[in-house]
Amino acid sequence: MSEVQEAHELPREVLDSVVIRFCGDSGDGMQLTGKQFTDATALMGNDLATFPDFPAEIRAPAGTTYGVSGFQIHFADHDILTPGDAPDVLVAMNPAALKVNLPDLKRGGLLVVNTGAFNKGNLRKAGYEVDPLEDGSTDPYRLLALDITKLALDSVTELQLGAKDAGRTKNMWTLGLMFWLFDRDRTSTIEWLRKKFSKAPDIAEANIRALNAGHIYGESAEFPSGIGAYQVPKADLAPGVYRNIDGNQALAWGLAAGGQLASLPLFYGSYPITPASSLLHNLAKLKHLGVTTFQAEDEIAAVCAAIGASFGGAVGVTGTSGPGVALKGEAIGLAIATELPLVICDVQRGGPSTGLPTKTEQSDLFQAVWGRNGDAPLIVLAAATPGDCFHMAIEAVRLSTKYMTPVILLTDGYIANGAEPWKLPDMSTIAPFPVTFHTDPEGFFPFQRDPETLARVWAKPGTPGLQHRIGGLEKNQHTGHISYDPDNHHAMVKLRAQKIAGVADDVPEATLELGEAGGDVLVVGWGSTYGSIRQAVQHVRKKGAKVAHLHLRNIWPLPRGLEDLMKSFDRVVVAELNDGQLLRLLRAELLTDAVGHQKIAGQPFRVAELVDVIENLLPSGGDAPRPTAVA
Amino acid sequence: MTENAPLTKKDFGSDQEVRWCPGCGDYAILAAVQRTLPKVGATLENTVVISGIGCSSRFPYYMNTYGFHTIHGRAPAFATGLKVMRPELDVWVVSGDGDSLSIGGNHMLHVLRRNVNLQYLLFNNQIYGLTKGQYSPTSDVGQISPSSPYGSVDQPVTPVRVALGAGARFVARGYDVSKQLPDVLEAAHRFQGAAFVEILQNCPVFNDGVFDLITDRKKGPQHQLWLEHGQPMKIGDAKGVRLNPQTMRAEVVELGDGITEADLLVHDETNRNIAWLIADLPDVKALGVLYRADGPVYDEAVRQQIQMAEERAKGADINALLREGHTWTVS
Repeated sequence: MSEVQEAHELPREVLDSVVIRFCGDSGDGMQLTGKQFTDATALMGNDLATFPDFPAEIRAPAGTTYGVSGFQIHFADHDILTPGDAPDVLVAMNPAALKVNLPDLKRGGLLVVNTGAFNKGNLRKAGYEVDPLEDGSTDPYRLLALDITKLALDSVTELQLGAKDAGRTKNMWTLGLMFWLFDRDRTSTIEWLRKKFSKAPDIAEANIRALNAGHIYGESAEFPSGIGAYQVPKADLAPGVYRNIDGNQALAWGLAAGGQLASLPLFYGSYPITPASSLLHNLAKLKHLGVTTFQAEDEIAAVCAAIGASFGGAVGVTGTSGPGVALKGEAIGLAIATELPLVICDVQRGGPSTGLPTKTEQSDLFQAVWGRNGDAPLIVLAAATPGDCFHMAIEAVRLSTKYMTPVILLTDGYIANGAEPWKLPDMSTIAPFPVTFHTDPEGFFPFQRDPETLARVWAKPGTPGLQHRIGGLEKNQHTGHISYDPDNHHAMVKLRAQKIAGVADDVPEATLELGEAGGDVLVVGWGSTYGSIRQAVQHVRKKGAKVAHLHLRNIWPLPRGLEDLMKSFDRVVVAELNDGQLLRLLRAELLTDAVGHQKIAGQPFRVAELVDVIENLLPSGGDAPRPTAVA
Repeated sequence: MTENAPLTKKDFGSDQEVRWCPGCGDYAILAAVQRTLPKVGATLENTVVISGIGCSSRFPYYMNTYGFHTIHGRAPAFATGLKVMRPELDVWVVSGDGDSLSIGGNHMLHVLRRNVNLQYLLFNNQIYGLTKGQYSPTSDVGQISPSSPYGSVDQPVTPVRVALGAGARFVARGYDVSKQLPDVLEAAHRFQGAAFVEILQNCPVFNDGVFDLITDRKKGPQHQLWLEHGQPMKIGDAKGVRLNPQTMRAEVVELGDGITEADLLVHDETNRNIAWLIADLPDVKALGVLYRADGPVYDEAVRQQIQMAEERAKGADINALLREGHTWTVS
């Protein structure tokens, strides 16, 4: 592209990995800046992981610490699994962003600050009595202090935009500078800007000018000593076609794929809720693939409509977060009692109640496994990474239609919003699982079962001769008619439990992600903590420790072989982002004396804290107190 | 059974023993629905009855069609999901005053405003029967019940007005033992969209005789305003409904003494304001079709969008979807 001038070549310092955090006011466009940096980085061929961290308020009062929005990206020349613990580079667009994020920056890290926002008012709102750029607070870091507000405005003066539009280009100016510092190509962002502002070409032009100006600034300016230009070579990824994907997008696509593999139309009923809403947005775009979406009047209607769709022979799916699952509980029980397929995607967030809507947590495990009236078993799955959401969504549809049961698929805000490069699967290599509807009136009754799976027949309305009634009242195990018989109820409760327990024969046996059975310490995790646990275990193993990592994707029923594997280790620690839910479940089911490591901060694990936990459990042990069983 | 023998009322009855209390108005409504279905050409396999929870919601078990006895108040949501995926099915929602107007008020509102193509039957007995007699959202102020021993202080709602307020495009009323009930049901069935029918229903155990004024064989007709589109609103031979231009209220008047049929309101079922005016007359119930106005049907619109999108993107598949936008190849 003509706009992208070739930068003059200079020696760049080669780094194997970098963690950058962009932060600013929630109106400063930091999420967008981070996403553009991510796309350009993916195109460079680095492996990467991202962590967007933004406030619940759409536009919190400007300049305040609670209105600070951040986006962290970790990219490297090798396989990486987490968005990184502490940033190497911090971009702070105002005093509040500096105040909130500076404690996380590594000593000696690069600090880019927009001095244009460091006025009296903003300093006061951030709670600074003295300007931190002048009182020595930034001395431990390599400071690059620039009046980005002015530099961006200067770059667009010719276009004579309104002050508001011109002022909004400062994030693109910053992005341009960061592209230069880390040797990223601007083309993808320029194309994106042209497309996004196709109806306002002057705005597109202004943003492109600001982007280029930031880049040119990098090319030509004299930087303070210790700040140079960097390069992060390509990662050695497995051959294939890649794209960047976040968990909710992967989940949406996986559901659509699941419907096709089952040869059934997909129905998605949902009510907007953070952080699950983008699942609805993504699926609403797939009408051309036959996907039906329904924005219901509430969470209850969303799940009920999905069950109605399943009754009619579709794959009924609903998606929500923890509060929504609570509202859907009664209807999920009905799907269990009527034995209809239903997939419930729970993108977890901090709780209880409204809790921390935009922060991540893994605290819906109990709700998923046990959170209904009556003995109401269903299948619970958990996705480990953004890309894994695609495959687990397919698995949820497969199990739900094969066993005629609801399946809850747990993800969380961290993988829902976080992106990673994802090697695209080839659909032709995934085995289809087409559903067969019952059509034979001979001897038909609605609760006749497959002797192996114990799944009941699926007979949909419109089929001649199979008219029948289903409902939430207990039914006779043979005829399906309403029954209040005590022995029959006992038998039906046991039958429903047995059906779900049998699913364990249909899912992969428990295996170790890393390490060998019989070691000193086993770290058991589930869901979005996959990357941090794996990296921590890897780290400790490099020092020669006998440590292994087991990651559960099947929460209920538990996979076969789990008990033996766990018992082969001296110590087992269950690490999770809640107050010990999987730990309690495993202790109850397997009589294991596993201990727990819990973090309930609305934030993912840092690798370093897990390394500490593991090292303290090793026979050589550290000095720190050992983790307790249950807090 | 011969292949093409026309279906009868009996064919629509299931083999299940009906278990409502003796004398319950639900028996008459069940008979009216079973009588209506063969007349409108319904088939057993394409008819689906969906109910919530309550006495009325036992209805599906007694029909030899497809049926779904769901959870309290949510029948409209199940029905919406089903209709959106299977618009060819003939769906009847059966509900009560508690199910529809208390716990399920939200869903009734939305199924009506969306205009999902189904029949919505609200059995109104002004009481909670299945839970043994508590007052309901349609009970009169002062209703003595186990949960209101000093009389209910709740203001009641008028179901047809709730429906009109929700944007329903077909609003009708009948009563359980009425001979005309199948005609009202037939009109509801004919309507393309959400057809709301309030059916006054006697609960002989907990609220016996609450509608006697209207349904009494002898005196009832003096309190029944049977509506006919384009016809003056007569009540029996001697009375009618007139619009008082001073108060903008509909009032019941005696014919004679200078008042003739020409003074009476003429029913225009496409006029929502008229439906509103006559929805809550003192000592008189407007019966038949209060309001009917065709409009876009939700389930059809949903399917059309999908069909158009599919046609525009012929040959699209998941593999192509995964590869849309920025991708890169690692070799």
